[in-house]
Amino acid sequence: MSMFKKEGKKEMPAISSGSLSDIVFMLLFFFMVTTQMRETENKVVVKIPQASESVKLERKDLSSYINIGTPIRSLQAQYGTDARIQLNDSFKTVDDIRDFVAAERDSKSEADRSFMTICIRADQDVRMGIITDVKQELRRCSALKIMYSARKGE
Amino acid sequence: MAKKTPAINSSSTADIAFLLLCYFLMTTTMGSQTGLSRRLPPMPDPNQKVEDQKVNRRNIIIVKINSADRILAGSEPIDVSQLKDKIKIFLTNPTDDPTLPVMEPTEIENLGTRNVSKGVISLQNDRGTSYQAYIAVQNELVKAVNELRDEAAMREFGKKYLALDEDKQKAIKDLVPQQISEAEPKDVGKRRR
Repeated sequence: MSMFKKEGKKEMPAISSGSLSDIVFMLLFFFMVTTQMRETENKVVVKIPQASESVKLERKDLSSYINIGTPIRSLQAQYGTDARIQLNDSFKTVDDIRDFVAAERDSKSEADRSFMTICIRADQDVRMGIITDVKQELRRCSALKIMYSARKGE
Repeated sequence: MAKKTPAINSSSTADIAFLLLCYFLMTTTMGSQTGLSRRLPPMPDPNQKVEDQKVNRRNIIIVKINSADRILAGSEPIDVSQLKDKIKIFLTNPTDDPTLPVMEPTEIENLGTRNVSKGVISLQNDRGTSYQAYIAVQNELVKAVNELRDEAAMREFGKKYLALDEDKQKAIKDLVPQQISEAEPKDVGKRRR
């Protein structure tokens, strides 16, 4: 029937892409809110052990990390394959933990200092000797709240 | 006469936003950190005289892990899979065994008087123990305590421990304390790898 027929050639109207940016911005904000900046670059390989009873860290902003593991491949020529301690961005020894803890403690606000958690992220093949040393050092600088990093799962 | 401004082509704002998005995707991390929380004992004061707090022998179980990752609980070698049940028996003392910890009646807020185990688990490891084995043992110990708390919560309040509110959780925590002591470093077993 001719009354439903449009006159002339059919032409698709251009789809407005102005709102596309809004959608992407929404995504952007989602990621900005849910993620946090990566502070340090890993210089050691850390394969975290599994533990079914692991719990979530309550205050992420109050935790500091001690990474323990073998140096990554590109640094093995320089540092060897023995397990090393990484604090912030460089390899350190057990003696440097004291300064590290002091610096971390200073960076937290007065009220939160007692809730500061030291998170020990150690590779699962690391020997306990180095971890015991770290623990003893932490006790010596009275950073007693620690957490052994572990993956959840059976 | 006002000139009509031409519409600005806004299709490229999406590209700019995508660039920003990619930047944030690359530089940030998601993934929440999980793990086993522990409190280290404070360093003993060197000036203080060594006055060892004698814990009654029956109240302590020593779990040792040697450099070959073998486990000794109490006085017998044991597998990781059996450790949890052993700890649970140790902490509950169901048969009133005189070699297992004292169940001392204690006044607990919100609950009244209950028998609370005085058992302490002492974990000792060698310098050569692998971290994985250590965490596995820690995990079993925590699991034993968590299961006992769940059972206690079921018995007292008819709910799982995690479903309780804060006051009740605290009561259960007092009823089933998590007493894990990470002993001073000692060498257990001389074999090194």
